[in-house]
This record gives sequence, structure tokens and C-alpha cells, in this order.
Amino acid sequence: MVISRRAKLSLRTLALLYLTLLLLAPVGVVFWRTFEHGFATAWSFMTTPAAISAFWLSLLIAAIAVPLNTIFGVGAALVIARTKTPGRGILDALIDLPFVVSPVIAGLALLLVYGQGGWFGSAFLNNGIRVIYAVPGMVIATVFISLPFVVREVTPVLREVGDEQEQAAATLGASSWQTFWRVTLPTIRWGVAYGVVLTTARALGEIGAVLVVSSNVAGSTLTLPLLLYQREDQVGSQVSTSVYALATELAVISVAVLLLMTFFGSRRGDAQ
Amino acid sequence: MLYLSVIVLIPLAAVLVKAFSSGLGTLWDSIDNTLTLHALAITLGASLIVAAIGAVMGTLVAWVLVRDSFPGKRFVNSLIDLPFALPTIVAGLTLIALYGPRSPIGIHLAYTRGVVIVALLFVTLPFVVRSVQPVLIELDREVEEAAASLGASNATTFRRVVLPALRPAVLSGAALAFARSIGEFGSLALIAGKVQIASIVIYADIESGSEQSAAALSVVLMVIALIVLFILRRIGARVGH
Repeated sequence: MVISRRAKLSLRTLALLYLTLLLLAPVGVVFWRTFEHGFATAWSFMTTPAAISAFWLSLLIAAIAVPLNTIFGVGAALVIARTKTPGRGILDALIDLPFVVSPVIAGLALLLVYGQGGWFGSAFLNNGIRVIYAVPGMVIATVFISLPFVVREVTPVLREVGDEQEQAAATLGASSWQTFWRVTLPTIRWGVAYGVVLTTARALGEIGAVLVVSSNVAGSTLTLPLLLYQREDQVGSQVSTSVYALATELAVISVAVLLLMTFFGSRRGDAQ
Repeated sequence: MLYLSVIVLIPLAAVLVKAFSSGLGTLWDSIDNTLTLHALAITLGASLIVAAIGAVMGTLVAWVLVRDSFPGKRFVNSLIDLPFALPTIVAGLTLIALYGPRSPIGIHLAYTRGVVIVALLFVTLPFVVRSVQPVLIELDREVEEAAASLGASNATTFRRVVLPALRPAVLSGAALAFARSIGEFGSLALIAGKVQIASIVIYADIESGSEQSAAALSVVLMVIALIVLFILRRIGARVGH
């Protein structure tokens, strides 16, 4: 299409205006509200004991959930793209479930299975393991909602590159383990990295599923998003600086994630 | 497979069992009441509006990002992923900051259906843009030039040449946005107020201990989401051929 300069400019203006109103302006206001009483005030709210313990709990949960989903994701992608195992079509379809199920439903589902009176809940409780309203349940909830990312990133890359190099390696006498480490993993590494970043972002920011299975006690089972939710709930519509400070802290973390996404995303694009 | 079962499949099966635990009649009763139907209607209505606006604006943004060039384009391009990186609760809070009671621009949208739609547009922005963008990059410009040289106006070229090529990508992006909107909780938890969004009704039910009615509404939402997922796969299969 040959588009006149005026039409092009107006389309550009419209698109940028939409993004500004939808994304930039709201995020900008949060930053402004955070620092309107000075940097020191904002910093003191980010470093209260509750905020620090929430920060570490968020990191701990992500540090458990992300490696689990990465190992499972690469394995499942290999099964889907490389083997003729019966049922791999069903596996492929089922893996998307956490994307279409509401996080609150995910929380409810875990509550019904691992909670008190749930299917396996009493078995765990009898052995002194508290799953629901405790950290293990929050980890399972996070694993649930962030499960498909690595599989979804790695499967298309595996299909794209084909298995000729792997077959060549096998012909030359490499064991399947060697083939995986020396041939397969290097070709899919940017896809894996991108999937890991997406998983991490989701794991750090999740609220719905984790909210249902958390006991909402500051200092023990509150992640950063949960702490923010609880504070905001208490003060009602008058959002205080402390809530904005927590939001800014989360936003800074996610900007770092965004930079990694852009970096790995372009590397992944080059590789394909 | 065991991992998937323990984490995802068995728990979801438990929701189904819970929903049907007191018989089909009770399940129907807990769906067929004004509050639940109202919540479903609002949720589906808002999700449809979001999918429609998202499809149009997402295609527009993708077009500008692919065909236009301006300073700062790469920055804008990476900005598109912000809603995926930003925790949804923060997304909700940003909208309170801008449209809430202390709004610096004097627009009070918070706790209304309007702000629910804005929040959903925020969190689902990347879906359409990121699904249309690659197709637009691959699209052969020669066909467009041929159409133009044969005397087709821009509008005709867009409608007859560009749009048919983009349609599957726009549809699958919009369907993903729709599916996400139906279940969205995080960004709405703070700002929905008294707007009865399905996921918020489910959370309230869980909190008040009525797990059965929460499970019933969950089953309805899951069925809708599965239908959308199925249609998506059909679109995907068509694109593949």
C-alpha cells in the first residue's frame, strides 16, 4: 500500500497515543506518587521488615518453581517434538490448560486436593506437612500457573531445527545424553532462556492462585504482590505511599525482566 | 506426565468432582441464579468488548511497528511486552493511580465497568500485537503493489489483500485475549469494586467457604475457556496448511 504521509502520521499518532494512555501514563503516575514525598520515604517503605520478608519469599518461590518448570518444560518439549510416544498429542493439548484456567480456579483446585479435607490433604497433614495456607501450597500454585511457558517456547524451536544434527551425532557414536548436552541444548538455549524469563516474570507477579492458598500472614506467607494487595485492601480507596512504593519495587523488578525479554527475544529471533 | 497430573490435572479434576458432588440439580441451581448469571454476563460482555477493541488497536499498533519508522520505535516495541512482565496487581494499581479518587486528571473511572475494560485491555495488549507482527513482517509487499498498480484504492487493498492474510493472526490473538480476560483476577482485584467479575465472585465464594458454588462457576468458566482453546487450535491448524 502506498500511504500518504498524512495518513501514516495519523496512524502513528493514534497508535502511540493509545500506548501512552494505556501503558505509560498509569505507570508514570505510580512512580510520581511513590516519590512525591521524597526518595527516602519511599525507600523506608520498601525496607520495612514485612516488605523485606515478602521480597525474599517471592524470590524463594520463584527459585523453586522456575527450575522445576524448566526441567519439565524441556523434557515435555522433547517428548512432543522428538518422540512418537502415544498420547503426546494429548500432552501437547493439556499443557495449555494453566493458560486458560483462571488463577483463582487454580487456587481452588489445589485447595480441594491438598487442603484440609481435600483428597490428599489429610495424608499430608497427618505427616505434619502443611501444604495449603503455607509455603508449599504457594509453590505448587506458582508452578501450576507458570507451567506452559518453557514448553511453548522450546517446542517450536525443536520442530524448526529438525533432528538431522542429532541423528548425525548419534551416527558418530554419541550417547543420547551426549547428544542432548552437545547438540540439542545449544540449539534451543535462547528459546529456553526466553521461556525461563517469562516463567520468572509470571512467578514473581502471580496473585490470584497464590492468594487462595496463602494464609495472608505478614512475615510468613506474604509475597510482594500479596503484601501490596493486603495493604491496599486495608486502606481502601486512599492508597498510601507505602502501597505505591511496593508497586514501584515490583515495577523495577519487571523492567529488569522486560530488558532480559527483549535481549533473549532478539537472540531467539536471530537463531531461528 | 506424573508432574502434570499432580500439579494440574488431579486438582482440576477435583474441581469437577466438587461441582458435581451434590448432583446435577444442585450444580444447575448454583449456576442458575441471578448473581451467577449476572457475573457471567458481565464477564463475557467485558471480554468480548476487550477482544474487539484489542483486535483493532492491536493490529493498528502492529502495523505502525512494522511498516512505519520513527525515532524510539525499538523502545515502543519492547514496551509492548510490559504487561507480560508487570505483575497484574501493579497493573491494577496503576489504573487506580490514574483514574481513582486521587486522579491527577480528574477522571474517576475506578470501581466501574469502564475501568475493568481498561484493565483488561492493559493486560491483554501483547496478544494481538505479538501475533500479528510476524505475519505482517512476512507479508509479501509485491501483492499490495500489484493491487495498487491495478487501480485498487488503499481501502480496497487493505480489505481484499492485507486483511485476509492477517485474519487468522488477528483472530487467534483476539481469542487469546478473550480467554485471558474471562479468567483475569490480579489486575481486577483492586479496581473492580462492586462490579461482579466471575473470578472475583469465585474468590469471594472460596473465602466464605462455599466451595461448591465456587466450583460450579469455575466449571462454567473452564468449559468456555476450553471451547476458545479448541477454536484456537482449529485456527492454528488452518494457518499451518
